[in-house]
Amino acid sequence: MSVGKEELLHIAKLADLKVDDNEIEKYIKNLDDILDYVKILEKVPINDLDETIGANDNFNVFRKDEVKEFGNRQGLLENAPEKERDMYKIPKVL
Amino acid sequence: MDITELTVHELQDKLNNKELTSEQITKAYIDRINEKEKDVGAFVTVCENEALNEAKKADAEGYNGAFKGIPIGIKDNLNTTGIKTTCSSKMLENFVSPYDATVVEKVKQEGMPILGKLNMDEFAMGSSTENSYIKVTHNPWNLNKVPGGSSGGSAAAVSANLVPWALGSDTGGSIRQPASLCGVVGLKPTYGLVSRYGLVAFASSLDQVGPITKDVKDCAMLLNIIAGHDEKDTTSYDRPKVDYCKALKNDVKGLKIGVPVEFFGEGINEEVKAKLRQAIEVYKELGAIVEECSLNASEYALATYYIIACAEASSNLGRFDGIRYGYRAKDFTTLKELYTKSRTEGFGDEVKRRIILGTYVLSSGYYDAYYKKAQKVRTYVKKQFDEQFKKYDVLLTPVSPTTAFNIGEKKENPLEMYLADICTVSINIASVPAISIPCGVDKKGLPIGMQLIGDRFNEETILNAAYTFEQKIKFRENYKPEFKKD
Repeated sequence: MSVGKEELLHIAKLADLKVDDNEIEKYIKNLDDILDYVKILEKVPINDLDETIGANDNFNVFRKDEVKEFGNRQGLLENAPEKERDMYKIPKVL
Repeated sequence: MDITELTVHELQDKLNNKELTSEQITKAYIDRINEKEKDVGAFVTVCENEALNEAKKADAEGYNGAFKGIPIGIKDNLNTTGIKTTCSSKMLENFVSPYDATVVEKVKQEGMPILGKLNMDEFAMGSSTENSYIKVTHNPWNLNKVPGGSSGGSAAAVSANLVPWALGSDTGGSIRQPASLCGVVGLKPTYGLVSRYGLVAFASSLDQVGPITKDVKDCAMLLNIIAGHDEKDTTSYDRPKVDYCKALKNDVKGLKIGVPVEFFGEGINEEVKAKLRQAIEVYKELGAIVEECSLNASEYALATYYIIACAEASSNLGRFDGIRYGYRAKDFTTLKELYTKSRTEGFGDEVKRRIILGTYVLSSGYYDAYYKKAQKVRTYVKKQFDEQFKKYDVLLTPVSPTTAFNIGEKKENPLEMYLADICTVSINIASVPAISIPCGVDKKGLPIGMQLIGDRFNEETILNAAYTFEQKIKFRENYKPEFKKD
């Protein structure tokens, strides 16, 4: 099964990426190659197995939901591509 | 005496005996960087003045018998205040983190000067460091070869004596494979042993920070510094502190080593296999009990890995939207356009390829067939390892199917590049620790690595096994990188 052009563009849109017309073929080939390779997983006897959720044995980690001051507001803002009066600036959304 | 040839434990002796100062050590490394960096290309950022200032401060305060004044290099995906953290990506080309990663905080608390930030595959995605937006890193053993990846800058820098030791990160082999290709020692700790706080996330259930060092003792010492619970990383384990140096007993008598035959099959270079067989004989001579065993997880693990890692990456890298930090496209009208253009222009090809694969396997209609299935196979792989560790203390395998390959050789074929990780990814999938140590060179003089895998939180066992082997074959005394250009 090959990934279709429409499908690829849909996926790219979900990922907020633009795939140029001249790249479509390359992306489809890469995706097909990998999806073909991972077919090997069909051979693994997994019917009785649970999914791994988290890398270690499941355990709950609780802590109090307390607000802590981060303290480096300037450091955060210095990375903003565009800002105004200590706020992040974005295009109009309304 | 060439200061940069010394291991960290040797530097400690010199500092203790007042034969050297931190400033002399740091200056020697800066000089070495100025001489060799143009050939190797290991650094994204060199922090000459900051490192020298820190060294002078350490000297003024006096050596403390530990790590004060001993410099280090840091992979460029670990957040450092005051120094850029680029992840070797256009996306973060000018990013300066407002906080330190926990492991960086620990290094700073020791009083260790940071020599600089080291090159990597963009966002740690790759096995050759060729996916760096910043520069190409060359293997010190042969400058036309890749150093491996993604921690290629860290491994090349340690190998070329540009830093005494370095921190890397390993999601599917990114510490061990470059360590193997550059003839140095690299350890991927058990998932949860080292805090991931401030490590720029690639695949959160697989990522782990670890040491890249000249020898095993240095590796144990750096692990001592970085290991430990961190309340800022809920996946880090709260367990009693261990002194990993105490594990180095130079004795493997009675140690049970399993050699999974599947790791010695088709696709593994004959010279690599031959060298590993010699290593097995060395272990037998040293009194270890070595047996062949079966672990049919490696191929499944690779397929599983690319599904899980890309799925997690597609989610983790969603944060790069051109709003709060990172690259922002110049030309846009709507918010959606800002997102899409910033991401499309800011990410490199391999990163986009993996985000698209990850988005695909998580998308409606494919989730069960790919992601859910991969998570079940992950359980299968874990069980396979559990079974082996009922019988063996250590599993011994190659690290990389080949020695260092040519720059450009695999760049255009992603699947072939992914196969470079065939021996390492199952370890991350199973969350167990593994160390890569050099065990010899091939006919071309390129290093061959051996991987020793342990059960979860059994770093002591693999460190001792590695140390005992190292003491016997003395790789560093017999082989050195020569910066060949043929």
